[in-house]
Amino acid sequence: MDKLIETLSPIEREIIPYLNLEIKEIIKQSGRDETSVLRALNFLERKEILKIKTQRKSVIVLGVNGVYYLKNHLPERRLLGILEKNNHSIINDLKKMSKLSENEFKASIGALKRKSLIELKNGKIYINAKKEELTKKFPEEIFLEKLPLEKDSLTDEEKYAFEILKNRKEIIEITEKKKISFELTEQGKKIAGKTIKSDLLEEVTPEIIKNFPRGKKFRKYDIKAGVPKIYGGKKHFVTQSIEQGKRIWQDLGFKEMSGNLIVSSFWNFDALFTAQDHPVREMHDTFFIKDIKAKLPKKELVNKVKQAHESGISNSKGWNYLWNPEEAKSVLLRTHTTCISAKTLSNLNQQDLPAKFFSIGKVFRNETVDWSHGFEFNQTEGIVIDPKANFRHLIGYLKEFAKKMGYEKIRIQPAYFPYTEPSIEGAIWNEERKEWVEMLAAGIFRPEVTIPLLGTNIPVLAWGPGFDRLMMEANKIKDLRDLYKNDLKQLREKRAVIK
Amino acid sequence: MTNVKFSRKELEKHFNLNEKTIEKISLFGTPLEKADDKEIEIEVFPNRPDLISLQGFARAFKAFIGKDTGLKIYPINKPEKNYSVKVDKSVKPIRPHTVCAIVKNINFNDEKIKEIIDLQEKLHITIGRNRKKVAIGIYPLEKIKLPITYTARDPNLIKFIPLEASREMNAKQILQRTPAGIKYGNLIKDFKKFPVFLDANSSILSIPPIINSNETGKITEKTKEIFIECSGSDLNILNKTLNIIVTTLAEMGGKIYQMNIIDSPKMKTPDLNPDKIKISLENANKLLGLELKEKDLNPLLQKMGYEYQNQIVKVPAWRTDIIHEVDIFEDIAIAYGYDKLIPEIPNISSIGYESKENKIKSKITEILTGLNAIEILTYHLIKPEEAKKLRIQNPIELLDSKTEYKILRPNLLIPSLRILSENIDVEYPQKIFEIGTIFEKESQEETGIKEKDNLILAITPSNFTTIKQHLDYLMNTLRIKYEIKENTHNGLIDGRTGDIIINKKSIGYLGELHPASLKKWGLKMPLGVIEISLEEIYKILDNQ
Repeated sequence: MDKLIETLSPIEREIIPYLNLEIKEIIKQSGRDETSVLRALNFLERKEILKIKTQRKSVIVLGVNGVYYLKNHLPERRLLGILEKNNHSIINDLKKMSKLSENEFKASIGALKRKSLIELKNGKIYINAKKEELTKKFPEEIFLEKLPLEKDSLTDEEKYAFEILKNRKEIIEITEKKKISFELTEQGKKIAGKTIKSDLLEEVTPEIIKNFPRGKKFRKYDIKAGVPKIYGGKKHFVTQSIEQGKRIWQDLGFKEMSGNLIVSSFWNFDALFTAQDHPVREMHDTFFIKDIKAKLPKKELVNKVKQAHESGISNSKGWNYLWNPEEAKSVLLRTHTTCISAKTLSNLNQQDLPAKFFSIGKVFRNETVDWSHGFEFNQTEGIVIDPKANFRHLIGYLKEFAKKMGYEKIRIQPAYFPYTEPSIEGAIWNEERKEWVEMLAAGIFRPEVTIPLLGTNIPVLAWGPGFDRLMMEANKIKDLRDLYKNDLKQLREKRAVIK
Repeated sequence: MTNVKFSRKELEKHFNLNEKTIEKISLFGTPLEKADDKEIEIEVFPNRPDLISLQGFARAFKAFIGKDTGLKIYPINKPEKNYSVKVDKSVKPIRPHTVCAIVKNINFNDEKIKEIIDLQEKLHITIGRNRKKVAIGIYPLEKIKLPITYTARDPNLIKFIPLEASREMNAKQILQRTPAGIKYGNLIKDFKKFPVFLDANSSILSIPPIINSNETGKITEKTKEIFIECSGSDLNILNKTLNIIVTTLAEMGGKIYQMNIIDSPKMKTPDLNPDKIKISLENANKLLGLELKEKDLNPLLQKMGYEYQNQIVKVPAWRTDIIHEVDIFEDIAIAYGYDKLIPEIPNISSIGYESKENKIKSKITEILTGLNAIEILTYHLIKPEEAKKLRIQNPIELLDSKTEYKILRPNLLIPSLRILSENIDVEYPQKIFEIGTIFEKESQEETGIKEKDNLILAITPSNFTTIKQHLDYLMNTLRIKYEIKENTHNGLIDGRTGDIIINKKSIGYLGELHPASLKKWGLKMPLGVIEISLEEIYKILDNQ
């Protein structure tokens, strides 16, 4: 028992003397508020002094109109009062005099008729009862005065009033109420009602530190008890994944390149040898900006791109059509980060080679949103500009990158992109689904791309993973929309990823 | 992306399908989507429309796995009498070219007819760019009288019963009333004259690229001989498309007959002579990182359906994608086997580097998370009604957005208010921040739009003091001097909002949201915000 007493907190000690009473009384006598008393009871339950019982009960309380009627009488009572002074009134006149709403008026007439207090004849209303009957309280009125009442313990008369009132507009309401009581355990019975004095120390205070009373003991806390949750600040998990991606690129010796989200068709498509009639350039796939035209870059570059498209450049046959500079001026939300690579190539000096760059950022598609589609998502891409680079290097970089992302089993298969040749896709083995999932896109830029941008045909290796897909996998997210939902509860409780 | 399904039984008539060959389908360049007892589903990339039909895929894949390698030759018959199509000058400004063929000895059943119509439709969508570049018409030869004329006519004078219709219509009605007319009508509706194919009896066979006549343009199981035309703007692509169709029919047992196209210049189509392209072994080895010998080239190229001799590659007349030697090099690599290429990472020393701006952003993120703020990431687009709530002038709108998000965000306040309104039932206090791009019209920019990095911090419940404390802590930690100047802001309370000034420039604002704005967004708690542009901060920190 002494051991038990050592663990009692001040609030527990305060209510122990009243434990033989009901909760209502404990609150009154201890002078503590309800929350504190209930918390103390919870603590005592953990110490096996008592057992808390929770009963759920339906309680009938006054509704919005009920509160009003209780103060200002039920409408039928008011109507009866008016009728007493104006017996044999025409219905419409009575309605005007009563100042009741359509609804209230109808309900009141119905109620009075049911009680046989009034009668209707030739469109007129008159009282049909004795005076003493008129002054007697209705069961409904008595019922309203008694509220709140527990639904399960109504008398027959109360039940009658309840049945009538529950169908009328917001006079009464039923709410669920928890009724909490407790029972003392054997141990509890011994301690209940006693006044417990304690000379145990509570919190450490500057005073105690200064003059620690030798030989005194600290009260023991229930260190297993739960505590209220707290939350810290956090980066969004997508930001964390992006940082992880950046670290991989930097570990591999890549420099970051950045660029605008809004670009011209020239950089997003034309410089990347995407023919002007290619379906990807249509409005239903790409977000174009209304009423704005871009400026084209320097003439020399524009002319080379035009030549690459129309008749080809360096032994290429080109796409064999009339290239339209106006089309290249349309402004759009970039559909891939490759436009950043194109701009980087056009600004590169020969003496900077070989060079390695990466970009990471949002790209956009004109799509409706569902679990597997969004209109904006993240992409990352690396390029290597190296006169000695070849296709086997591309595969080497791709496998190394995948390995750093945590994917060991990867298969390289042919793919198609308008601006690379050869083009490949890295498929990653999904053990759960037992199938290859295409995850990384890669290729060597076509001469039709590199010659206008770089001036010569130097191999440029390029690759990047579908980043959102990787993030979904890493965060065990099945619905793409959850990446950008910003549910604060979810963000607060997100687990820390260490990679 | 085109996905096609083949009957497994039909494919097995061409080659054996076992686990090993199925595994190779993806390595051939046609990713396997599904393989079960009945069907094989693959994806065909847009550069290989010759693989859309079962016959086309089987022809190419068979060679890849070592069966019937090399360039496939189809017998072709010279034009017979009246096998000609006259191209009238009037079509030149509208739909300038046509190439045609006749195929006999056809043995159609329902299945085959479906396959051909399916091929026709997929070619229309892909290489045909929804019939703009190429439209294909197929007609039973017994219903038409040769020779044919391709000409243009006043739409009021074009009258016939369109395919699957029950009565005669004129061209305008066809464009308005038939499903194909409604879908493709805009390709010709603005021309004064519409293109038509006429037979020797002057019966209208079709209005390309819209619809055939019901009388002369419907293929049935009884059809034994057909006339095929492809019309459009790009003669090269038209020829390739025609070649894909006639060789598919030849694989089904058809006999190909050429037609005289009386155009300038005159031509005989289909022309199945292989294209020739010169390649360099040295370039191939350099690009692929291989050490192939001259003698290795032909066997590899034969696996991809080519023929090679003395630096010259003969390219099948149905390949649309070979415009440079690199296209051949890719096929050499595919034939060599991507699984046999040994990966290599060259030893180039270079140092990783992250942009200064991103480093500053990370630092600010660190400071704010230290203040218990949670980072949110929101869409760059906002909804029109959201712009209205904050009275945004001159929004930058998108063309035909498929979603309810149609405007580039002009600030980060709007997305933050959206996120807070979606989280009103989550435990308070809520402290959120975002660093992201916002957009402004700026005619000096290349694209007419300026992008800026902004930062927003929003705390609810909070007041001016709390929000200013946060600003103060952030600025002090970054060692940036700032001042606050009184100003008013849309949606904020007058006298409790102001500009944040650095170097005499306003970089943003802070303040308490007005209850009326909070109510518009369904927010129930007092809200304080700071929103600043990071540009000036980048400049200051860059100089330190």
